[in-house]
Amino acid sequence: MVKLPDTPEYNKVKEFVSQFRGDKGSLIKVLHFSQGVFGYLPPEVIKYIAQELGVTPSYVYGVLSFYNFFRTEPIGKYEIRVCLGTACHVKGGKDILDTLCHRLGVRKGGTTKDGMFTVNTVRCLGACGLAPVMMVGEEVYGRLSPQRAWNIVKGYYQEEAGSEVEGSG
Amino acid sequence: MRRLGSREDLERLREEALSKSPKRFISLGMGTASRAHGAEAVYEALKEELAKRHLGIPVKATGDHGLCGYAPVMVVFPEGILYHSVKPADVPDVLEAIDKGEVLEKLLYTDPITSETYIYEKDIPFYKKQMRLVMGLMESVEPLSIDDYLCNGGFSALAKAMFDMGPQAIIQEVITSGLRGRGGAGFMTGWKWEDAASRSSPVKYIVCNGDEGDPGAYMDRCLLEGLPFEVLEGMIIGAFAVGAHQGFVYVRKEYPLATQNVQAAIEVLRELGLLGEDILGSGFDFDIQVVRGGGAFVCGESSALIASIEGRVGEPRSKHVHATESGLWGRPTVLNNVETLANVPHIVNKGGEWFASIGTKESKGTKVFSLAGDIYNTGLVEVPMGITLREVVYDIGGGIQGGKAFKAVQTGGPSGGCLPESQLDLPVDFDTLTEAGSMMGSGGMIVMDEHTCMVDVARYFVKFLTEESCGKCVPCREGLKHMLEILDRITQGEGTMEDLELLEDLGYVISNASLCGLGKSAPNPVLSTLRYFREEYVEHVRDKKCRAGVCKALVKYEIVPENCNGCHVCFKECPEGAISGEPKGVHVIDQQKCIKCGICRDVCKFDAVRVV
Repeated sequence: MVKLPDTPEYNKVKEFVSQFRGDKGSLIKVLHFSQGVFGYLPPEVIKYIAQELGVTPSYVYGVLSFYNFFRTEPIGKYEIRVCLGTACHVKGGKDILDTLCHRLGVRKGGTTKDGMFTVNTVRCLGACGLAPVMMVGEEVYGRLSPQRAWNIVKGYYQEEAGSEVEGSG
Repeated sequence: MRRLGSREDLERLREEALSKSPKRFISLGMGTASRAHGAEAVYEALKEELAKRHLGIPVKATGDHGLCGYAPVMVVFPEGILYHSVKPADVPDVLEAIDKGEVLEKLLYTDPITSETYIYEKDIPFYKKQMRLVMGLMESVEPLSIDDYLCNGGFSALAKAMFDMGPQAIIQEVITSGLRGRGGAGFMTGWKWEDAASRSSPVKYIVCNGDEGDPGAYMDRCLLEGLPFEVLEGMIIGAFAVGAHQGFVYVRKEYPLATQNVQAAIEVLRELGLLGEDILGSGFDFDIQVVRGGGAFVCGESSALIASIEGRVGEPRSKHVHATESGLWGRPTVLNNVETLANVPHIVNKGGEWFASIGTKESKGTKVFSLAGDIYNTGLVEVPMGITLREVVYDIGGGIQGGKAFKAVQTGGPSGGCLPESQLDLPVDFDTLTEAGSMMGSGGMIVMDEHTCMVDVARYFVKFLTEESCGKCVPCREGLKHMLEILDRITQGEGTMEDLELLEDLGYVISNASLCGLGKSAPNPVLSTLRYFREEYVEHVRDKKCRAGVCKALVKYEIVPENCNGCHVCFKECPEGAISGEPKGVHVIDQQKCIKCGICRDVCKFDAVRVV
């Protein structure tokens, strides 16, 4: 029997899952909800969901690892999603990704040591008219160059530090 | 809101809405693309300034207007004056002009090639060759305003379908119209409906496929965001025709605004009694649920999408049994694309024959394309089938940016193909594009100029498909992996001439032996570029050259001494410290340290960094 601790987050998940006990068809809905609560899917939550929906943890893992939206590790404060759709590719989206990874010192999918940014890619944000595009958190930035992308990311650091945004080449 | 119990109630509500409907209003595109360009701030500024000036002009926050590259775009009705790239600071001037009955010159659209300035939206070449049918209401309807939708004939098709036609007549009308699925496969919608209607099962489902996974295609997002009522009306008519009582709208998880608007629109319809029990007093019950995807390209495929709604891994299955016989939870299921369903109310209202009069022999009606890449006017365009690629690229798209040469137009998403200049006079329809080695797909159209490497493009698509292959069948899973290895080799300058033949052989096997549409069409990008741009492959293999300067292993960055004035900017910005030189002196790039990130070329204002 997997029991989840008694905290507000875990209780939210427990309450939501209880509506779908034994209904494995609701798995994706439950995973969406749980990731919404924690920002990722911790192992104990995966086991709990499996138990409540009446499937094995490996089945749950099979489903969540199939869809690229779900993750099993926490992410940084801001998620940077560089669009690598066709229009962005043609307009140099890869260069944006390489530059950000390089300057932040992470690989694709990785999180910076200070926990500020996780750098990911996305298939297509559907803002092809503004290519190349990236999202930082929920903000969309278009018409990027590697330099402009880096300046935007620097801006988040400066905002965090509460200092004025410096002019930069 | 009161519940509508009959057709008469609906008409009464429409009359009420019409009596309140303003002639003068400002329509501001507020879809995802416009928001990325600051449309929300413009909206706030408009609201504030209107209140300050005591002007009673309503502002409609609509879906994207189509001219996405010039967002935020606003249109002043009833004249139809279009202003683009509007900033919050421009708002007072705009309102001043409206108030005085003048036109604000500085925000008008100027053609980038002819330099001609246009006042009215309808005169702009981008719109002139379009035929906006499913997108027609985009500018005059706020996504969640039932009044706006009713004023523009909303739900009259549903009433006609339910009370004047009946299921048989609806299906017959859709068959007459020749409407084919807009998601890519191009199957006749009417036949699908007829088959599902003939099944005796008491439980049937209708699914709206909004898992728009093709990179470069976003018409479904725009429709779901901007005109959710139109899509839902089509869906209710479809459900009524086939006898389904439960529907699902499957929306891609990357589309938060679309999900939100469809969900909210469904709630409005439930309150009005246009969804739920006994719709308009007809005795027909139908409700719709929104399902969010989990981010898997293959889930756009019908059987994979059904598996995903059932909460399983989205793997396709063999289709000797159609979904119309046994689909969701083993029940007869109709699965239609968003744009397909948005066509239905128009067909019901104006008749199948009218619809069939638009387009070519085998492809009827209009198609929305998302035009992107190296052209001036990027955005969503709706054109009659049979228009030529040249008209779309040059007349609507405005031609290639910056005076560069056209190289290819890529249609049909990752499994489509690249067509060269010589194919530009082909009429755009399902069968012609397939014959030319590409396909219509869901309507992505990406224009590429001479700075695009076709081998790299093919590699990009194969990489995409390798990652998105679900892994169920061997030809797709393993075949694509090998194709990618070969293409990697070629772009690294390590390919051989035999590799080209091997690519063709592999492509043949993958397309013939794969289980679903993803695998069957996956080799298209490679085969079409080998067919039309073989010389570029040969150059990569034999001469170790990439003429577009894209494949990094085959190019290097150099500073042109004559152009370098020693501004020192590249020195400061190079992340690798690979650039040396004193201020005011000529700089040099250390090829050993250079990672070819391109920042130096990006920041150089004197065109002194070249790729050779």
